[in-house]
Amino acid sequence: MDLFENMEDIYLAIVLAPLLGSVIAGLFGKLIGRSGAHWVAIAGVGVSFVLSLLAYYHLFYNGGEVYNAAVYTWLNSGDLHFEIGFLIDQLSVTMMVVVTFVSWIIHIYTIGYMVDDPGYQRFFSYISLFTFAMLMLVMSNNFLQLFFGWEAVGLVSYLLIGFWYKREPAIFANLKAFLVNRVGDFGFLLGVAAVFMHFHSMDYIEVFEQAPALASVTVNIWGDESWSLMSVICICLFIGAMGKSAQVPLHVWLPDSMEGPTPISALIHAATMVTAGIFMVSRMSPLFELSETALNFILIIGATTAFFMGLLALVQNDIKRVIAYSTLSQLGYMTVALGASAYAAAMFHLVTHAFFKALLFLAAGAVIIAMHHQQDMRKYGGLYRYMPITWITCLVGSIALIGFPGTSGFYSKDAIIEAVHLSTLPAAGYAYVAVLSGVFITALYSFRLFFMTFHGQEKMDKQTWEHLHECPRVVTIPLLILAIPSLIIGAWFAGPMLFGDHFAGAIHVAEGHAVLLELGSHYHGEWYQIAWQFFVHAISHPTVILLAFSGVFTAWLLYIKFPTVPEKFANNLSMIHRLLVNKYGFDDFYQKVFAGGAKGIGRLFWQMGDVKLIDGLMVNGSALSVRWFSGKIRQIQSGYLYHYAFAMIVGLLLFLAVFVHKLI
Amino acid sequence: MISKAEILILMPEIFILTLACLILIVDTFSQDPLRRVTYYLSQLTLVLTAVLVIGFSPEQTVYAFGNSFISDGMSVVLKTGVFVISFFAFLYSHEYLKEHGWLKGEYFVLGLFAILGMMILISAYSLLTVYLGLELLSLSLYAMIAMHRESTTASEAAMKFFVLGAIASGMLLYGMSMIYGVTGSLELGTIATNIESNGDNPLLVFGLVFIMVGIAFKLGAVPFHMWIPDVYQGSPTCVTLFIASAPKLAAFAMAMRLLVDGLQPLLNDWQGMLIILSILSMATGNIIAISQTNIKRMLAYSTIAHVGFLLLGLLSGTPSGYAGSMFYIITYALMSMGAFGMIILLGRKGFEADELAHFKGLSERSPWFAFIMLILMFSMAGVPPFLGFWGKWFVLKEVVDAGFVWLAATAVFFSIIGAYYYIRVIKFMYFDKADSMTAIKASKQMRFALSVNGLALLILGLMPGALLAICVSVLSIAA
Repeated sequence: MDLFENMEDIYLAIVLAPLLGSVIAGLFGKLIGRSGAHWVAIAGVGVSFVLSLLAYYHLFYNGGEVYNAAVYTWLNSGDLHFEIGFLIDQLSVTMMVVVTFVSWIIHIYTIGYMVDDPGYQRFFSYISLFTFAMLMLVMSNNFLQLFFGWEAVGLVSYLLIGFWYKREPAIFANLKAFLVNRVGDFGFLLGVAAVFMHFHSMDYIEVFEQAPALASVTVNIWGDESWSLMSVICICLFIGAMGKSAQVPLHVWLPDSMEGPTPISALIHAATMVTAGIFMVSRMSPLFELSETALNFILIIGATTAFFMGLLALVQNDIKRVIAYSTLSQLGYMTVALGASAYAAAMFHLVTHAFFKALLFLAAGAVIIAMHHQQDMRKYGGLYRYMPITWITCLVGSIALIGFPGTSGFYSKDAIIEAVHLSTLPAAGYAYVAVLSGVFITALYSFRLFFMTFHGQEKMDKQTWEHLHECPRVVTIPLLILAIPSLIIGAWFAGPMLFGDHFAGAIHVAEGHAVLLELGSHYHGEWYQIAWQFFVHAISHPTVILLAFSGVFTAWLLYIKFPTVPEKFANNLSMIHRLLVNKYGFDDFYQKVFAGGAKGIGRLFWQMGDVKLIDGLMVNGSALSVRWFSGKIRQIQSGYLYHYAFAMIVGLLLFLAVFVHKLI
Repeated sequence: MISKAEILILMPEIFILTLACLILIVDTFSQDPLRRVTYYLSQLTLVLTAVLVIGFSPEQTVYAFGNSFISDGMSVVLKTGVFVISFFAFLYSHEYLKEHGWLKGEYFVLGLFAILGMMILISAYSLLTVYLGLELLSLSLYAMIAMHRESTTASEAAMKFFVLGAIASGMLLYGMSMIYGVTGSLELGTIATNIESNGDNPLLVFGLVFIMVGIAFKLGAVPFHMWIPDVYQGSPTCVTLFIASAPKLAAFAMAMRLLVDGLQPLLNDWQGMLIILSILSMATGNIIAISQTNIKRMLAYSTIAHVGFLLLGLLSGTPSGYAGSMFYIITYALMSMGAFGMIILLGRKGFEADELAHFKGLSERSPWFAFIMLILMFSMAGVPPFLGFWGKWFVLKEVVDAGFVWLAATAVFFSIIGAYYYIRVIKFMYFDKADSMTAIKASKQMRFALSVNGLALLILGLMPGALLAICVSVLSIAA
C-alpha cells in the first residue's frame, strides 16, 4: 500500500496538525468565532488521532519498521546536534494513540463544559498546543527534543491551571505547579547534561548502545566519594519524572492544579502529561536497568506515593481533589512497576488509567456542571436519579479504578502487584505491602466518592435541585465513549502488552529483573485465554479481590448505612485526621520554609542588592555614566573636517608607533 | 595576449559597464518624470548580471589579465550578495526619489557604476585593481551623495566624504607603493610568496600600516570612522541606504584580498592592528549611539559597532573566522538595508522620518511594520533566533577558538551596551504614544519588499545553516 510509503510525512502531520489548530484558534480566534475555534482544534487533533491509528496499524499489523530519523536539523555545534527527530516504535506509537484519543474526546467534551466561558478560543488553542507538546515529547528520538516537549507541556499546564487568571487560588496553584516542576526539571536537566557529557550524543539509540559499556564507570561529584555514573544519571532523570508525574515529595502541585477547568484536569493532570515521567523512564529502560540503586529509589518513592497519597483522598471533600489524590496514588502504582522493572506493566496501567481516569474526571465535570460549579461532595447525594448516564459511567470508571475483575484496571493493577511480588530488589518488600494495602484504600475512597455523590440523602440547596438534569449530549457522549475502553481494553491488551512482544525492542529489561517474563510463564495462549487465566488466578488467590471488596463494603457501611460514623472517627482520631487533612504537612512545610525562605532572601537581596547595589549603583549608575560619557565623547564629532582628518592622522601615528617602532 | 577565456571571466563586468552606458543614453532621451524605463532597465541589468555571475562562476579559482583579476567562490558569493542587496536598495531608492520629487536617471546609472566598482574590488588580485575598484566605487558614491543639489547637508556630507576619502586613498596608495617597493610585485599572490621568502623588512609593516588606514577608512573603523555619522545623516536616506549596505561587502572583500591574500605572512602585525580597531569601534560605536536622537545617526554609530564585530572574525586569522566575518557582513547589510528602508517607508514629501521620536507609537499606526522593525532591531542587537544573533555567535566562536577569550568577553560587554539603543526603538514603537496618526503611505512593492527583507532575517535566523555553509565552503577553498 502506498499509503505507508511516506511515513515521515504522516508523522510530521501527526505533530503539526494540532499545532496548526492551536495557532489558528489562538491567533485568529476572534476572526473564526467560537464554533470556528472548536472545529479547527477538534479537526487538528482528530487528524492527528486518525493518523496515529494509522501509524499504529502500520507498525503492528502491516509489518512496518521502527522509524528513527531526524526530520530537521536546526544547528550543529560540535558534538551537539539540535535536531527534531522521531523515534516511532511500539512504545511511542502506543502513547501517541492514547494521547490523541483522550485529547480528542476531551476537545469534544470541552464544547459543553466551557460553553459560557469568555476564554473559549484561548482554551481550545491551549489544549491543542498541549497535544502538540505532548506528541513532541513522546515521538522524540533525542534528549533535547524530549526536554523541549517536557518544558512545553509544563508551560501549557501552567497556562491552563491559571486559565481563570482572575481567580486568586488559580494563580497561586499555577505558580506552585510551575515552581515545583522547576525543581524536578532541574534534576532532569542535570540528567540530560550528564548523558551528553559522558555519551557525547543526544540521540536515544546511540546513548542506549553505549550504555552497557559505561555501566561500571564511576564519577566524583563532590569530595572523594565515587558514584556510579548510571545511578547518578538515572536518579537525576527520575527526579524530573518525580516532578512531572507528581511523586512524593514533589507531588504538592497536582491537587492544587485542580483549580484549572475540569477538561484540563482530565487531559493533563490525569491522562497524559503526568504520565510523561512514566513514559520517560520506560523509554530510558536501557539506562535504568543498569542501576539497581536507581530502581530501588524508584520503588520506594512510588510505593510511598501509592499508599500515602491514597490515604489523603479519604479526607478530601472536593470531588476533583479526591480524584486528584487518586491520580497521585495510581501514578505511584505505575512508578512502582517501573522500579520493579515491569515497564510494560507500567505502560499498560498508564494506558488503562488514562481511559478510566479521564472518564472519572469528565464524569466529575458533568456533576459539577449539573451542580452549578459546586465541588463539595457534602452538598451532593442521590444524583443517580437525575443523571443516569453520568451515574453509570462513573460507576464504570470506579470499578475499573479499584480493579474489579474483568475491567481494564483489574488486569493492569494485578500485573503490577504480581510483578512487585516477584521482584528481588531490597525495596520490593516494602513496595509490595504498600501496593497491596493501597488496593483497599483505592476501593474505599473511590466508592466514598461514588456513594456521597450519587447515593444517600440529597443535600443540595433547593435552587440547584430544581434545575437538576442530565448534561447535554456533547458531555455525555464522551463519557460513554471513554467507558468502553475503560471496561474492555484491559482484557484485550493484557496478554500482548505484558507478556507478548507488544513492546519488543522498545523496552529493555536486564536478565535478573525480568519479573514479567517470570510472571508470564504462568499465562499462555490467545488474549482471551490469558484474560481468563487472570480471572482464575484472582479467584484462586483472592487477597487482592477481597481487599477491594472490603474497601467497597466499608465505604458502603460508612457513607450509606451509618453516615454519622465518619465524623466520629474524625473526632476520636483527631491526630491522624488532622495529619491527613494537612496532607502530612508537606504543603505547609514548603510554603513556610522554601517559599517563605525564598521570599525572605529575595526581599533581602532586593533591598540590599537590587535596589541599592544593582539598580542604584550599577544599572542606573552605569547607565547614567555611560550616557554622560556618551554625551561627552560625541563632542569629538565636531563636524569640522580638519578635526576628522586630524583623528585619522592620530590613528595613523598610533599604529606607526605601536607596530613599526614597537613602542608598546 | 588576452585570450577569449579571460574575456569570459570578465563577462559580467563588461556587461554591466555596457548596460550602464546604454542606460545613460536611454535616460537622456526619456521624457517620463518617473524614469520608469531607466529604473526597470537598471533592475533588469542587476538581475542579468547576477545570472551571468552565477552562470559563469568557475569551478575552481581562475585568474585573468596577468593575474590582476580573480574569480573564485568568495567573489561569486559576495557579488551575488551585492546584486540582491542593490536590487532592494534600488527599489527603496526609487520609492524615495519618487516621493521626494527629485527622481533623476543618473542616480541609477551612478549606482550601476558603483556596483561595477564593487565587483572589481571584490575580484581584485593586484594592488592596482584594488585601487581601481575602490576609486570607481568611491567616486560614484561622492556624486550620488551630492546629487540632491538643493540640500546643503548633502553637499556638506559629500564634501567631507570626498576630502577624507582622498586622504585615505592617498594613504592606501602610499602603503601600496611601499609594499611594491619591497616585494617588487603588484600581484597579491606574488607579494605573499615574496614576503614569505624574503622575511622581515621593517618597510613591510610600515606599508601595512598605511594600507590598514585605507581599509579601516572604507570599513569605517575607529578612529577612521569620522565620515560615517556625518555622511549617513547628511545624505538623502536612499543614498545612505545604498552606502550602508552593498559597499560594505566590497569593503570586506578589499580587506580579505589585501590582508589575507596579499599580506598573510604579516598576520601577527595586522592581527594586532585589527584588535585595536575592533575594540575602539565597538566601544565608540555602541557608546555614542546611545546619546543619539537622530535614527540615521544612531544607525551610523551602530554600523561602526558592527564593523568592530566584523573585524573579530577577520583577526582570528583562520578560514572559518573569515567565513564568520563574511556571514556577519552579509547579515549586517540585510539588516541595515531594512532599517533604512523603514525610514524611507515612514517618510513622505517634505518629511524625513529620521528622528527616533518619529517611531513613537508605530505599533498603533501600523502593527505589521512595527513588527518588521522589531525584527530588524532585535536582529541588530543580536537576540536569538534572528539572523543577527547567529552572525555574532559565529564570530564570537571563532575569536574564542583563536584564543582571544578576553576579546570575546569585551565584545559581548559592548554588545550588551548596544542592546540598549536598539531596544529603545522598540520601546518607542510599542510603549509610547504616537505624535501623529498619519497613515503610512507607500507603494505595494515597497511594503512587500520591506516585509520580505524583515521576514528574511527571521527565517534565515531559524535556519542559518545554509548561508553559513556557503560562507565556509567558499572560504575554505580559497584558503
